[in-house]
Amino acid sequence: MNTTASTTHYPAQTITQRTETHTLSVLVDNEPGVLARVIGLFSGRGYNIDSLTVSETEHQKHLSRITIVTTGTPMVIEQIINQLDRQVPIHRVVDMSTLSVPAIERELAMVKVRGKGENRVEALRLADAFRARVIDATTESFIFEITGASAKIEGFIALMMPLGVVEVSRTGIAAISRGPEGM
Amino acid sequence: MTREMTGAEMVIQALADQGVEHLFGYPGGAVLPIYDALFERNDVRHILVRHEQGAVHAAEGYARSTGKVGCVLVTSGPGATNAVTGLTDALCDSIPVVCITGQVPTHLIGNDAFQECDTVGITRPCTKYNYLVKTIEDLPRALHEAFHIARSGRPGPVVVDIPKDIQFAKGVYSMPEEIPHKGYRPKLKPDADKVKAAVALMTKAKRPLFYTGGGIINSGPAASKLLRELVQATGFPITSTLMGLGAYPASDPQWLGMLGMHGTWEANWAMHDCDLMINIGARFDDRITGRLDAFSPGSTKIHVDIDPSSINKNVKVDLPIIGDCTHVLEDMLRLWRETKAKPDKKTLDGWWKQIGNWRARKSLAYHNSKEIIKPQYAIERLYALTRDRDVYITTEVGQHQMWAAQFFKFEEPNRWMTSGGLGTMGYGLPASVGVQLAHPGSLVIDIAGEASVLMTMQEMSTAVQHRLPVKIFILNNQYMGMVRQWQELLHGGRYAESYTHSLPDFVKLAEAYHAVGIRCDKPGELDAAIIEMINVDKPVIFDCVVDQAENCFPMIPSGRAHNEMLVGDAAERLEDAITEEGKVMV
Ligand SMILES: Cc1ncc(C[n+]2csc(CCOP(=O)(O)OP(=O)(O)O)c2C)c(N)n1
Ligand SMILES: [Mg+2]
Repeated sequence: MNTTASTTHYPAQTITQRTETHTLSVLVDNEPGVLARVIGLFSGRGYNIDSLTVSETEHQKHLSRITIVTTGTPMVIEQIINQLDRQVPIHRVVDMSTLSVPAIERELAMVKVRGKGENRVEALRLADAFRARVIDATTESFIFEITGASAKIEGFIALMMPLGVVEVSRTGIAAISRGPEGM
Repeated sequence: MTREMTGAEMVIQALADQGVEHLFGYPGGAVLPIYDALFERNDVRHILVRHEQGAVHAAEGYARSTGKVGCVLVTSGPGATNAVTGLTDALCDSIPVVCITGQVPTHLIGNDAFQECDTVGITRPCTKYNYLVKTIEDLPRALHEAFHIARSGRPGPVVVDIPKDIQFAKGVYSMPEEIPHKGYRPKLKPDADKVKAAVALMTKAKRPLFYTGGGIINSGPAASKLLRELVQATGFPITSTLMGLGAYPASDPQWLGMLGMHGTWEANWAMHDCDLMINIGARFDDRITGRLDAFSPGSTKIHVDIDPSSINKNVKVDLPIIGDCTHVLEDMLRLWRETKAKPDKKTLDGWWKQIGNWRARKSLAYHNSKEIIKPQYAIERLYALTRDRDVYITTEVGQHQMWAAQFFKFEEPNRWMTSGGLGTMGYGLPASVGVQLAHPGSLVIDIAGEASVLMTMQEMSTAVQHRLPVKIFILNNQYMGMVRQWQELLHGGRYAESYTHSLPDFVKLAEAYHAVGIRCDKPGELDAAIIEMINVDKPVIFDCVVDQAENCFPMIPSGRAHNEMLVGDAAERLEDAITEEGKVMV
């Protein structure tokens, strides 16, 4: 009896694949615990959450829409969609990253910048270039509001950083498909 | 029926309207109104268990042996947390259970009240669905939905958590006409073109194999019947998981035995070498596949499952079919019969010849003894002496469970109740209580290990109280045998804490419970002792003293492939295995 196999109870991982990032739109009953259910599924099964947004979108029907950005191998992404779909309070799951026309993805950020003199002028100039709006101002600070794809927001924050960014608040990604059809 | 009543009365009314005859439970402060309502009527019979885990396992045994939903009632806090192991077990094995838990009154929720726990939070990952009912208006619907969700699609446990003030509140009860949940609609009928594609693959197969699982049992007796017809019509070999035993008769020549970690040589080799795998209602569990990248490397894989999340989870398949096994089998069988083209008989005969060679290895063989009872022998005798009876088997977890799966031959579905997915020691005794209650005239045997059975031994009181003559057949090897086996094979024989020290005298223990105790330690006396056990119309603990050192073979060590299976030294040697028998066509 010669067993040199690992002493674990379980087989070692033998399949490795490339990972991909997907954006999922999930239509759920807006009931207590539904978000915990979704998040619990992700943490319990070891899936990643890169971004998550939730809000009730259809008040009469008490439906909320969750947008999740996740990363995994194609097999894991397929699992995530199926695991979400089988949950009782989840009505629909759509992979926004595999639509024939790419979906629109937007994020909103509010960026607080503190500074005086030339930095203030430079901050306003940058904001203008990025179409960010000033939503609060004091003699030594601005708060900018910017919407757009995450990359644009990243770019904006990076450029603002040396000008005195003190705080950033981001919504996470919301996504919607193009064209006349609904979800 | 529409009528005003209290929440507590609604609970019992809903159970009665759902056809529940037996309720397994344990009282406590937060469910007293429901117990009060129960006291008033006698159409729902309450079975008092001795631990809430036992209530859930009993409900599982009840459900698995009848196809009905098992029902549980427990109190808040510790009542609910004690039920968690059972709920998780039911989730892993897809057993329909509705568990009603009491909760502290709504105004105290979140206040760390006495016996408060976050029941929906704790049970969310171990149930198919759960409810915290916060208004009396929501209660009737939640109760009926719970039953619908528990039994439909891929079955599972559902918890309904009811605060005590809601149990006292008055409201209008009616049985909802349309139960289906708005967002929950499992797909039952398969896509026709998928089934067609599957049958086309089957007609061209050279080395086909059916691989079936618990999904067939869950789908109901019709699925087992259709499976038999399809397997016989095709002439293909069939193997099954632990959970699927009984769906196909073990006495049939096309049956290869169970596959997986402790499966037969022929089943695992057939899995490894097949060119077409037809998986019906099994889920490619790691105990089945072994090393994933070496699992059935050359086969085209068809996978039938009611749960889309089972598809491509562990093993990438070529043809997924989403649907209920009964519907899929029905369509497959019809199409198969309509199709003229059939696999080449010569090729199929060659495949059977190969299987005959594997069978000749006699991988379950063991060295019997005249002095000491071998555990395999004990099960063989138990089977032989009960095979003409109406028998149901439950098990605990360990070597004895695997030997039961290997040596007890199941001819019918719903006769075999075991904890597969979770592997819960302590499952078998309470499960046997549930089974016996559902089948009062039948012989119900828990094939047990001495360590496992002590985990829920208190349920002997339940069996005695309710006059349930269950037979607890302990293969007493004085070890956590399965642990000892792993330590022997993988940890240099260092038996850390796997000796079951200070065991009770099981005969005296039985007597202390007002049950009957029997001990046997001689092979020559075994038959008579088993017959004595069968003939006692009372609960029995049978202490079958067996060889302490026996290991369970074949075995695929974890992380290994099917063709790296270990066999015991009593099996035929590889070189000698190709015998006359192997040449005989089946
Ligand atoms: C609740 C629980 N705890 C621990 C285990 C790990 N475990 C698996 S088998 C086993 C030993 C079982 O011993 P016994 O019931 O005597 O059965 P045997 O293997 O000796 O037949 C243990 C400890 C388990 N499966 N369940
Ligand atoms: Mg033991």
